Amino acid sequence: MQALVIAAHGSHLNPDASDPTYAHADAVRETGAFDEVREAFWKEEPHFREVIRTLESNEVFVVPLFISEGYFTEQVIPRELRLEEWDPKKWDSDGTSATHATLEATDVGKTIHYCGPVGTHDAMTDVIVGRAERVTGDPTIGEGVGLAVVGHGTERNENSAKAIEYHTERIRKRDRFDDVKALFMDEEPEVDDVTDYFEAEDVVVVPLFVADGYHTQEDIPEDMGLTEDYRLGWSVPATVDGHRIWYAGAVGTEGLMADVVLERAADAGADVGDARGAIRKAVTPADGVDRRPETEPSAEPGD
Amino acid sequence: MTLPTADVASLLETVDTDGEVAFDGLRIAHTDAGYALETDGDEWHGLERAALEDALEPLAAYVTNWRYWQETVGGEGTARRAFLRWCERAPLADADADADADVADDHPSVDDPLAVPERYDALHEGLDREWGQLCITARLVDDAEHAAGERVYDLWHVDDADSDIADLEVSDEPRDAREIATYDEDGRYRPLKTAPTLPSGWAFTGLSGVELVEAVGYFYPATVANWHRELWGNVDVDHWTETAERQTGIYDVVDELPREAVEWMAEACCVDSQCLRRREWQYDADDELDVDGGDGPFPCREPCSLVIAAARKWTIIESEAEHTYELELTTSEYNQLAELIDAVADGRTDEIREADLDDGANRYRARYLRAKRVDKEGDLEARRLDD
Repeated sequence: MQALVIAAHGSHLNPDASDPTYAHADAVRETGAFDEVREAFWKEEPHFREVIRTLESNEVFVVPLFISEGYFTEQVIPRELRLEEWDPKKWDSDGTSATHATLEATDVGKTIHYCGPVGTHDAMTDVIVGRAERVTGDPTIGEGVGLAVVGHGTERNENSAKAIEYHTERIRKRDRFDDVKALFMDEEPEVDDVTDYFEAEDVVVVPLFVADGYHTQEDIPEDMGLTEDYRLGWSVPATVDGHRIWYAGAVGTEGLMADVVLERAADAGADVGDARGAIRKAVTPADGVDRRPETEPSAEPGD
Repeated sequence: MTLPTADVASLLETVDTDGEVAFDGLRIAHTDAGYALETDGDEWHGLERAALEDALEPLAAYVTNWRYWQETVGGEGTARRAFLRWCERAPLADADADADADVADDHPSVDDPLAVPERYDALHEGLDREWGQLCITARLVDDAEHAAGERVYDLWHVDDADSDIADLEVSDEPRDAREIATYDEDGRYRPLKTAPTLPSGWAFTGLSGVELVEAVGYFYPATVANWHRELWGNVDVDHWTETAERQTGIYDVVDELPREAVEWMAEACCVDSQCLRRREWQYDADDELDVDGGDGPFPCREPCSLVIAAARKWTIIESEAEHTYELELTTSEYNQLAELIDAVADGRTDEIREADLDDGANRYRARYLRAKRVDKEGDLEARRLDD
């Protein structure tokens, strides 16, 4: 038997923070690729600490629903899962290249395939582009359009910026958009000045965040000038300094994220059969635009 | 109940393969002298195959019981199987792969097991169990769609035990439990799943064993696994000091929380009125907290993430120096402060009647006190006597 655990942050304050986690877990459940699929959280239950013991499977694939390698993926999750042999060196990563490490959870004696975060997987590039297609309603979006990939920045973790730049570079190489830029909340180049960085009139802005919340639903829209007050909302597109800004909200709510989760597990040796095809089919109708309802904003400052 | 021939065939095939089946009071052995059959009260020896089948005819309950547990449920040694057996008061030790393993029969959740005939009588009626605020009914389904002896499980809120099912929101999808468990009766978010604030008004009916355990897992995550570990004596308790010292980042400070503050914290957060888990962790392995840990069926094996987050706040507060303040209050005003604290701590501010001016936590009383004793900055008017 093999099990999948999606490890996410969760929230003590906001009930919606875990919505994307549940949505992606359900999408994987529907494929039947794993005997068991479980959500686990730092701030909700089951906690990382107690999730493995709820499984009957002896092979467990743990995929962190986090954007970058850093404090949570390198310290908190392995410690709380009791992966005593863990060392970040086992990922042998340059900051964006972690795939997986195989360890034992010492409280249960099960084999844990501890995967890199979803945010740095190559398949994430497709999710960002898919997000741009979805927010514009144009499956061929690119020509004459700029794309900004937005991240938190280096305030707490330098790998956070690396993940943003990694996908930005990969999309740029595809030569699909007129220009592709990595922008940040707390360092240059800043998302506040988004219109300074693009010549194209239309700019799609995709925040590389796992869940919608304070940053993606309050800070960034106000900082970019989409709205005076986030509570009043904003239009998509919104006109700022002569540019049309197509603001996408957190990429983590995208249905295709379930595919990235599966890719991570498959890279670590999980037998996922044709589950990835099933997910891609489920989230990509004939016109290429996923119209499933989005999850609501989540997470509060300081949570 | 008629005895399904397929179940008999399957049972006897197992007997012939293994030489013996002994399960839940039924024992069949195949020896050179023919078959031997025993139940809780009777025994037969030297039976030919046909005679054995005849002898089993009135023992349909034992046979279908064997089939349900060994073929439908399976999972020997798993928490799922033990929990389902607990649901119908079956002997728990039989649920473990190692039947000799010591199951804690003095565990608060365990009572006298029922033998198969009594259990089947009870299952026909529906056998109720409580798990926190959940009521679980195990029952036999006697219909054409289900195999004989097949159990299904209904799940609802203990407060709805006497409700008409037509008045409840009925579901057969375990994942619906997630939404129910997310909000309390007033629509507020429940960050602690085992808080005694689960709303009522819903029911799950006709769940399979797997679905029941899944739904219970959404209501009270990991409680079945930890209960199972506790029953077999291997629940791994992490006491306060171990848990606190493990923390990093913004929670690194919590191991500085004073011993007496941990006591106050447990009294604030970890008693039955706030959480249905039974606190098994102490300050340290050899230093017990005085506060009662509660008496629920499932254990709390380490301080949860809410307690850690709260501990951070209290660690910061407890690092402040104490001062002596001087302020003027009437006796009634002084008493009112305690009444206000009590009302908030017990969560009863919503219950205080609008015009109940005798209650110190009445809104008008609180507003009056604020108008009289709180300055423009929002501070209680007082003088600090030390520096």
